[in-house]
Amino acid sequence: MNRSKKLKNNKSNIVYNIVAYSSIILFSVFCLLPFWLMVAGAFTDESAIIQNGYQLFPKKFSLAAFDTIFAGNRVLNSYKVTVLVTIMGTTLAMILTSMMAYGLSLKTIKYRNQISFYVVFTMLFSGGLVPWYILITQYLKLQDTIWVLFVPYLINPWYMFLLRKFFTTIPESLIESAKIDGANDFYIFVKIALPLSLPALATIGLFYSLFFWNDWWLGLLFVNDRRLQPLQLLLRALVSNLSSEVQALNPNAKQGIIPPAYSVRMATSIITIGPIILFYPFVQKYFVKGLTVGAVKG
Amino acid sequence: MSTVLCEAGHSQKKVKLKKNGILYELMKNKIIYLMMLPGILFFFIFAYIPMVGVIMAFKDYNIKKGIFGSSWNGLDNFKFFFSSGDAFRITFNTVFLNLLFLIFSTVISVALAIFLNGLTRKVFKKVTQSIMFLPYFVSWAIVGIITQGFFASENGAINSFLKSINMEPVNWNSSPELWPIILVLFYIWKWCGYNIVIYLATIAGFDTECFEAAAIDGASKFQQIRYITIPLLKPTIIILTLLQIGKIFYGDFGMFYSIIGDNGILYATTDVIDTYVYRALRLMSDFGMASAVGLYQSVMCFVMVFGSNLLVRKYQSDAALF
Repeated sequence: MNRSKKLKNNKSNIVYNIVAYSSIILFSVFCLLPFWLMVAGAFTDESAIIQNGYQLFPKKFSLAAFDTIFAGNRVLNSYKVTVLVTIMGTTLAMILTSMMAYGLSLKTIKYRNQISFYVVFTMLFSGGLVPWYILITQYLKLQDTIWVLFVPYLINPWYMFLLRKFFTTIPESLIESAKIDGANDFYIFVKIALPLSLPALATIGLFYSLFFWNDWWLGLLFVNDRRLQPLQLLLRALVSNLSSEVQALNPNAKQGIIPPAYSVRMATSIITIGPIILFYPFVQKYFVKGLTVGAVKG
Repeated sequence: MSTVLCEAGHSQKKVKLKKNGILYELMKNKIIYLMMLPGILFFFIFAYIPMVGVIMAFKDYNIKKGIFGSSWNGLDNFKFFFSSGDAFRITFNTVFLNLLFLIFSTVISVALAIFLNGLTRKVFKKVTQSIMFLPYFVSWAIVGIITQGFFASENGAINSFLKSINMEPVNWNSSPELWPIILVLFYIWKWCGYNIVIYLATIAGFDTECFEAAAIDGASKFQQIRYITIPLLKPTIIILTLLQIGKIFYGDFGMFYSIIGDNGILYATTDVIDTYVYRALRLMSDFGMASAVGLYQSVMCFVMVFGSNLLVRKYQSDAALF
């Protein structure tokens, strides 16, 4: 009796293993497929794409797309904009976010609950897109400036509360003893709270960097000037208005030569996603930590 | 701070009064409050001032006259929106698509997290989990390009494959009924890895004794999942689901706009509130209606977030927003 049950279970467990392994492998392939298409498309000869469409296994290899991208300075310029926005945005966001999160993490602050609610309420209700848009364009006059690409997103309430959660794990006694030694609050924040929370700061900083790197909403709404176009917006332009945008990539190209529009899209995508893939093995654990500590928030 | 202390020395009564006062607290912790001030100002400017702007929904907005100078027109903006038939379509699309996303991504993420957790080959587990998490890092703009790569009618990879095996190519660009499926596919692609991280962490926290005892008693792996893993996962699934339901009236603009773009033929099944507001604002410059629709969405979101949060708090109070 027992033995037959064991046999049955063995069989069932073999079935389980087959189901588990095959679904994991299938889903992994599904996740990788778009990346593969991107690489294959970027290195395919343009005439082959026009004739046969994009293919996962291209027959005619070509580097023309990358030549086009690097011939002009438009992609390079967009790259600069994105890098600048990511660095400035992340730095400023980290300063504002950590200072606010630290204040809200202290039990000695009487109005911390009121201020928390002040922030939470913005997560519950918003004035909607239009008033926000008009504020930024008509009153703050930020459109077509570098500032508009990060200032409206300087504090993400989710990240702020996540950071507050990290700060609350700092032992109160540590802060108290520093106070007795005569340290002021800002000194304690810089010399004690921040160094103790480095992994948490790295996590939040990476979330912000990814956010600013990938954002195209602010650019779409507020930037018309090509010189201020971040990479993500350039990608968008390459999809929507193909030939003229690709022409603009390399104004020096001879008239009459058709630029490799289809492979250029893929090549620009690869360049955009490049730094993320490069850093991914090193930063993945911070993102995992952020997700699991923030648990379900975010 | 020093002035407060000085006064405290002078008279005891004054101290008692001051200790409960706002000024006393602000002075005592002035450095902390100064540190929070930039953040407080940020939310005031970019979140609270626009809230005043909701009055635009009841106005015939004129750029020259400004928000306060424009004349009131009562509920005309709303009437126009609700009588156009667009209201039902975009509300339905937003809710329906979000429900599809929620159901498919939850089922797939939970299943894969359970399967991944059971793996004994550590390297295989690490590599596959990393692959699944990777799409989370890809921007929607790139997803838009990938969409074109696969689903363009002219030279998309799928059609070129169909042609190569002598099958009829699909006319994607004029088939609105197919795009909800494509949207679900990309949603799964981008978000399942993210959900898997959360579910895996939850499963890793379970007591392994349960599973060992069950195995000794002769429970097969399927039975262990059915009777132990899933019941233990239930609170996490419920909370993640409730939080998603809170956002059900919110359409991810980046996703919809980069995958669908300005292809009007596909609006029937894919136009959501956010893309509609964007078009009303940027293409039609209909500020009044755009802000009316925005307000409608904000109110619906508020109700849903508030309601779902009440339920979350019942299940697990520390996961609640407030």
